[in-house]
Amino acid sequence: MIKRPKPERFRLRRTMMFMNAQKPGLIKDAYIYGCDSIMLDLEDAVAENQKDAARFSLYHALTTIDYGSTEVIVRINGLDTPHWQEDIRVCVAGGADGIRIAKCESAQDVKTVEAAVEAAEKEFGVEVGRTLLMAALESPKGILNAYEICCASDRLFGVAISGGDFRKCMQTKFDPSGIDMLAARGQMLLAARAAGVQCFDTVFTDLDDEAGFEAEVRQNKAMGFDGKSLINPKQIRLVHELFAPTEKEVAQAEAIVRAYREQSAAGVGVFTVNGKMIDIAFIPGAERTLRLAKACGMYEGELV
Amino acid sequence: MQIEKNAMAGTLESSDALVTVEPGEGSVELEISSSVMNQYGRQIRATVLETLDRLGVTGGRVTVVDKGALDCTLKARVECAVMRSCGKSDAGIPWGGVIR
Repeated sequence: MIKRPKPERFRLRRTMMFMNAQKPGLIKDAYIYGCDSIMLDLEDAVAENQKDAARFSLYHALTTIDYGSTEVIVRINGLDTPHWQEDIRVCVAGGADGIRIAKCESAQDVKTVEAAVEAAEKEFGVEVGRTLLMAALESPKGILNAYEICCASDRLFGVAISGGDFRKCMQTKFDPSGIDMLAARGQMLLAARAAGVQCFDTVFTDLDDEAGFEAEVRQNKAMGFDGKSLINPKQIRLVHELFAPTEKEVAQAEAIVRAYREQSAAGVGVFTVNGKMIDIAFIPGAERTLRLAKACGMYEGELV
Repeated sequence: MQIEKNAMAGTLESSDALVTVEPGEGSVELEISSSVMNQYGRQIRATVLETLDRLGVTGGRVTVVDKGALDCTLKARVECAVMRSCGKSDAGIPWGGVIR
């Protein structure tokens, strides 16, 4: 049986690729694509009369296939279905890194899932607290309650918006400018940052519209998202490229962190780097840029 | 566990297998057809029999139409078909117990 290392609550998650847990041809070699996380789906991708079969398939995939450093998350069925409790049991027993709560609308939804996860961890002899959670916000109510959801559990690493269901609730459709979801994305980002968790954008479903996909990913990065959900391996590379810092940003971040460590050791609080004023407020951002650069293979130094 | 009624699990898609189970007395009657029969027929038979044995199935008719499934997929389909035949595939599955 494959033993996966203990999941990290805050790791790099630029790309999260959805995959139907019921399709062996898809899940058997999902790790080769190089996305940061894969999302094995027990929910919408699986027909109602195949929910049971998908769990058997998922259990053996989790315990047999070595996904290496690719994070393995499972999307479970909504709390308004008869499936979610068994979904949680199989995720925990199989050793999934995390669980995505579909159609999350309140802190109570997170707590309900958390209680079932803890019970399953005890049942299957898994370290309590190992299994991470993330919440998918798919309705106006979920967006309005984003902050309480983001703060609901120490296991929760982030929130994601789910465009299809959200647009349906709002009676809008996809708009290339992003105006259809601008307020929701903004509110969710504010809540996630205020709570100190990560934030992910929805899938882009038109695989032939490459320009539209690129525009959306650029907007995601500009708005401050940590990553994006994907539906096809061919979308991975562009997101990794666009989310990577530029050479100039990496050099500047390195200079800032290095100068800060020297100056603060000498008792100086505010100073300039390449003509720009720098104080302690700039340091977390610069360190984050360096960690991202390291993950992208652009920085090999010792500062992070 | 024994096969109580006819049940199926799986598909005929590539990398999958379609497993059908039917109740019967006496011994397990296993029929396999596979797109990779010559290369992996014996391995498929061993995996299916081992899985049935683990589930405690001692009789019945089992048909496997294999489309190049990995061992883990074969196990998943056999287990699901047998559990479905007993009406026990939806909840309270012994993950890590007889399902492993």
